[in-house]
Amino acid sequence: MASWGRVIRANHFVARPRFGDELDGFLNGLSADRPGLAVGLRRSYGDTNLNPDGRIIDMTSLDRVIAFDRETGVMRAEAGLSLSQALQILVPAGWFLPTTPGTRFVTLGGAVANDVHGKNHHAAGTFGASVRRLKLLRTDGGAQEIGPGNALFHATVGGLGLTGVIAWVEFQAVRVPSSSLDAEDTAFARVEDYFDIAAERKHSFEHTMAWVDCSVGGAKLGRGILSAANWYAYGDVAPHRELPSKTVPLDAPGFTLNTMTVRAFNSVRHELKSMRSGPYRSHYEPFLYPLDGIANWNRLYGPKGFYQYQCVLPPATARDGVAELLKAIATSGQGSPLAVLKDFGPREAVGMLSFPMEGTTLALDFRNRGESTLRLMADLDRIVAAASGRLYPAKDGRIPPEMFQAGFPKWQDFRAYVDPGLSSAFWRRVSG
Amino acid sequence: MDGSLGAIAMQPDLKNTIKPSNRVVILGALSAMATAAARIYAAEGAALVLVARNEARLAALAADLRARGAVEVETAALDLEAEAPQARLHLADWAKRLGSVDHIHLVYGYLGDQAKASIDPTELTRITVSNFASAVHWCEAAANILRAQRHGALVAVSSVAGDRGRQSNYAYGAAKGGIALFVQGIAHSLAGTGARAVAVKPGFVDTPMTDGLKKGGPMWASADQLGRALRRAADAGGPIQYAPGKWRMVMAIIRSVPAFVFHKTKL
Repeated sequence: MASWGRVIRANHFVARPRFGDELDGFLNGLSADRPGLAVGLRRSYGDTNLNPDGRIIDMTSLDRVIAFDRETGVMRAEAGLSLSQALQILVPAGWFLPTTPGTRFVTLGGAVANDVHGKNHHAAGTFGASVRRLKLLRTDGGAQEIGPGNALFHATVGGLGLTGVIAWVEFQAVRVPSSSLDAEDTAFARVEDYFDIAAERKHSFEHTMAWVDCSVGGAKLGRGILSAANWYAYGDVAPHRELPSKTVPLDAPGFTLNTMTVRAFNSVRHELKSMRSGPYRSHYEPFLYPLDGIANWNRLYGPKGFYQYQCVLPPATARDGVAELLKAIATSGQGSPLAVLKDFGPREAVGMLSFPMEGTTLALDFRNRGESTLRLMADLDRIVAAASGRLYPAKDGRIPPEMFQAGFPKWQDFRAYVDPGLSSAFWRRVSG
Repeated sequence: MDGSLGAIAMQPDLKNTIKPSNRVVILGALSAMATAAARIYAAEGAALVLVARNEARLAALAADLRARGAVEVETAALDLEAEAPQARLHLADWAKRLGSVDHIHLVYGYLGDQAKASIDPTELTRITVSNFASAVHWCEAAANILRAQRHGALVAVSSVAGDRGRQSNYAYGAAKGGIALFVQGIAHSLAGTGARAVAVKPGFVDTPMTDGLKKGGPMWASADQLGRALRRAADAGGPIQYAPGKWRMVMAIIRSVPAFVFHKTKL
């Protein structure tokens, strides 16, 4: 079993309950000596969803909707329901997820446990902000229904599945006038320009994100495209097609994404996107989930897998810090074909370990080339730490405990709410 | 286990105003592939009766299907093996509650353990009763309804294991092969009436029933794939359908291997 980045592979004892009444039995078998971990669709890249040689509860078959009120948009569903399936139900009724990460293959439980964010963070906050209630099963004492205001709830949102097993989640969906977005792309030649354009666009657009080419340095450092969109007011409401149209059936050979191909790929994308002038209309699927059309795209990085690096820097240090990060990446020649920039809004985080904070987030992929990749990321860590930033646990598989603890000052408060019968490779690594 | 029907949870006014796309009875509704098929029906706006043993689990599935668009969902908690002699009464009752019935899916079954069945008559009985001896009553009762109304479909889950007796699971294979022959005969008897019968033969399916086996690779299908195959079989195709379709060729080859070669394998 491996996480999405496929760098770490380990054996697990996997239980796959299909009915909620089976969960108690699995939880009874867990203890501090033999901790377990509930996981969803395993889109976290690093080791937050791994428990090597230990027990795993695969929650994905617990995917039933318990109730959905078409009038109020409140949905309660078992934690294993995917956002993709939720959308199949929400969209035809004129509702949408309050926010969504860049893949719809995430469970509700995972969305809560990682307090995921999306392109509308500046407008909507994180997924946790929409959660009204959830049911948490503890290995050390029964079931609890908890909601905002309860400390255990705020530990559970963003709590990486460590505070208990989330049985169900109740969230408030948002009304949408259609299933399409009116979008426009703006090219920027330098990363400084990104900040100006993003600061202006966030007032008039619900969804914004930028794509940055990290493979070129010098004068072209940080060129990119900022996409911004609002819901189209008059269209019909049609959900996405559930099945991916393409798949990557096998691991790509290691040379597929070498420096040349990455650079060529980025340049072509840059040219194509710059040529698109003016606004365009897009169904939500390609705009919000550009990679979901290709199943198992993570295999493109070859059998050794890849790392993702996602940090957030506060507003005061973001401009200089992001430029410095991009420069270090360009110099390394290990540029990723997908780098994303996005400004987070000032909303206070719901969870004690929620990743988003006001500022700018940068996310990149690095093919795993062993030591040199780890060294590059350690260099990036120093830049992030100096800028008072932090890293996203869902993307991480290697940061040292100091880096985590400095980035998440509430981690000591959080610790008190950890279920002793639950643990992960990530938690053992960073809480030591 | 009582044989009573669960409550109708859809608002009565809605039930009477929206015409369901299909009226469907699912026997063994809690299996992974039955649930997958039921969700397709729900999204189409069907009315369903879900039959299985566990009442609380049926209620949870019914709520899910309502949220996914089913216009009406009823549940019947009963033991399909024990109640098989009463199949005709039960089916008539459910058809009445739905107004009529278009599709009947028989999905329940029991894989069992061949080694145990070889020495334990109880296990051997359970395998053959679950997969064949009880199933024929439900199939015959369904066929009688379909024949009389001259439309609709019976879809019964068989298995590729029913295509050749093998040392590792011949009790299960014989029962599943038997039900395919039975349904094939029903299909013949329904020819020209407008009604249909189909035996679906899945290959390896990633469900809890097969959790003891090593999984993965191109020959394994998901429960969702099988759900789509069951739903499709109710509308179209011949009386014996392999799912996925490539199993037809695979099993043709396996059936044609001479015994002196086959007996050298441990399949």
